[in-house]
Amino acid sequence: MSTQAPATRPLAMRDAFLDRIWRAMADDAQIFFTCADFGSPVLDKIRADFPQRFVNVGIAEQNLINISAGLALEGYKVFAYAIAPFITMRCYEQVRVSLALLSEVRPMNVNLIGVGAGYSYVVSGPTHQCYEDLTAMRALPNMRVLSPADHVTAGALFPQCLDNLGPKYLRFDAQVLPVLYENGPPDMGRGFHVHRSGSDVCVVATGYMVHTALAMAERLAHHGIDAGVVDLFNVTGFDADALLATLQAHAGVVTMEEGFRGRGGIDAMMFDLLTQRGIRLPMRNIGVEPGYRFELGNRQELHEQVGIGIGAATRTVEAFLRSLPGAAQLPKPPPKQSRAAA
Amino acid sequence: MRRDPATAAAEVIGMTPLGPEDLRAKAQWVWRETLKVHRKAPETRLASSLSSVEIFVALYYGGIIAFDARQPLAEHRDRCIISKGHGSICMYPILADLGFFPKAELDRVCHAGGILGGIPDPVIPGYETINGSLGHGLGVGTGVALGLNRKQSPNAVFVVAGDGELHEGANWEAIMFASQHKLDNLNLVIDDNRISMLGYTDDIITHDHFTGRLGAFGWECSEVDGHDVVAVQAAMARMKASANGKPKVLVARTLKGRGVPGLENAALSHIINPKPELLDQILAQTAGQDTPS
Repeated sequence: MSTQAPATRPLAMRDAFLDRIWRAMADDAQIFFTCADFGSPVLDKIRADFPQRFVNVGIAEQNLINISAGLALEGYKVFAYAIAPFITMRCYEQVRVSLALLSEVRPMNVNLIGVGAGYSYVVSGPTHQCYEDLTAMRALPNMRVLSPADHVTAGALFPQCLDNLGPKYLRFDAQVLPVLYENGPPDMGRGFHVHRSGSDVCVVATGYMVHTALAMAERLAHHGIDAGVVDLFNVTGFDADALLATLQAHAGVVTMEEGFRGRGGIDAMMFDLLTQRGIRLPMRNIGVEPGYRFELGNRQELHEQVGIGIGAATRTVEAFLRSLPGAAQLPKPPPKQSRAAA
Repeated sequence: MRRDPATAAAEVIGMTPLGPEDLRAKAQWVWRETLKVHRKAPETRLASSLSSVEIFVALYYGGIIAFDARQPLAEHRDRCIISKGHGSICMYPILADLGFFPKAELDRVCHAGGILGGIPDPVIPGYETINGSLGHGLGVGTGVALGLNRKQSPNAVFVVAGDGELHEGANWEAIMFASQHKLDNLNLVIDDNRISMLGYTDDIITHDHFTGRLGAFGWECSEVDGHDVVAVQAAMARMKASANGKPKVLVARTLKGRGVPGLENAALSHIINPKPELLDQILAQTAGQDTPS
């Protein structure tokens, strides 16, 4: 916590989380690790040191889920590991029946670790990219959805995964993202963290999009717009009252996710929260324009094409704010604003 | 290392496994009780519940499954996973008879406030898993078998599956997995009635001979007349006692809708509901052929 502490070296989320598992396995004989033929350097330590509690089912995600469910019924705390679209949608029926549904009756602890949120497998195309998982997983009662934005948060999610019964989905980025929490993880029990407070608009983002939101907020500040940014890392288990109090200090709300817009992701979740509480706050949603694309490019370029890059998102937020009653008080965009960069 | 299954079961249930004559009488009693359940609750699937009568009678009355009706999830039980949920309505009278829940439940199958639905769920004491969606029991049972293996538990897993649901591909992922991991505590019983909802499985996707197919996957295979309860019990006792590093399968050759005219082995037996008058007539004709519970 000291300010003299050396800067935290960024890690892959999976390595931060798997390292916590590996360390815990030495003391907790109930931890079992399953994977569908998907690795990482830390995984090599797990399978070398705990061969009796590691199993690779092969390229067989349906069996990954059923085997994990069976192990969990026998009291094991199971961590199942695969590429995000495959561990969620290739085996959705198994996730629904053997985890979400069965856990209603039989206590079980199964943690699905999905690597490859959004566009993070940049050049692998739409099979490996993952835009539907937030929707698919949050549709299931009993399923907790966790979506960290850096490896510090990812690692800090481990204790609640180990100690709480129920199925959970961890949505990890495949790339190494910059560290957001240099001085230690945020308040994990709260489920979200306010990175900056604003007044004009509050951006609720998850995963990689928190980084985009922070960059966008800087850009908006140059345009005279005061934007707050919230990192929503516990999509199904945040302190709703606290988040609403934060949002109500702003004139409008924007959601940002690296998933299809308008298809039941955090956009729908925030809409539901506001309407169920009877809170009238203007909202705009930023997400991937629904459609499958095969264009190649870096992640930022792809994001701009589908409406979630810094440039595209900034334009959306500015248009949103201009549309609000009282928008005349907002500063006009500077005339020399460059669109070429977007 | 492996306990004698009959001894293990007797330790838990505190009763001696039934002998051949009593097993046969119990099977006949369960068959009639299943007709009675369906007579009261026509939403239940009768035909596929009649093909599996002797399988469940052998498991529960033949000393195969170690169970504790007072603590259905006791650690020292054998795990019986009933994958063919719809086709296990015959388990309702069995579980009531053994004391898993009050017999009064049999009078409100499919009724509000009851626990016995058209498709059994694990809210019913004695059911381990979700069974309404077919093709999951073997995979989950394989995970349970791996867990028991790693815990060095002496208990076994029995999975009862229909031949039709073995069209689901996830089963074959589990079949490959189980032999790879030498799960000889895993016992699959196939109720091979060779009919799924729309007809004979041989006309849809044939399984040909399960023993050849599963043998090629590294399983120890045996076959039995699935309506000879004494033979079924003997085959199950052998498979449970075998500890040779191979998962085991018993293919029980059965007849869907067995014993009910118009239903037995009919291509569409899954969705045929016999008229109540016919069921009354059969029950009257067969009265006194079983022992009271």
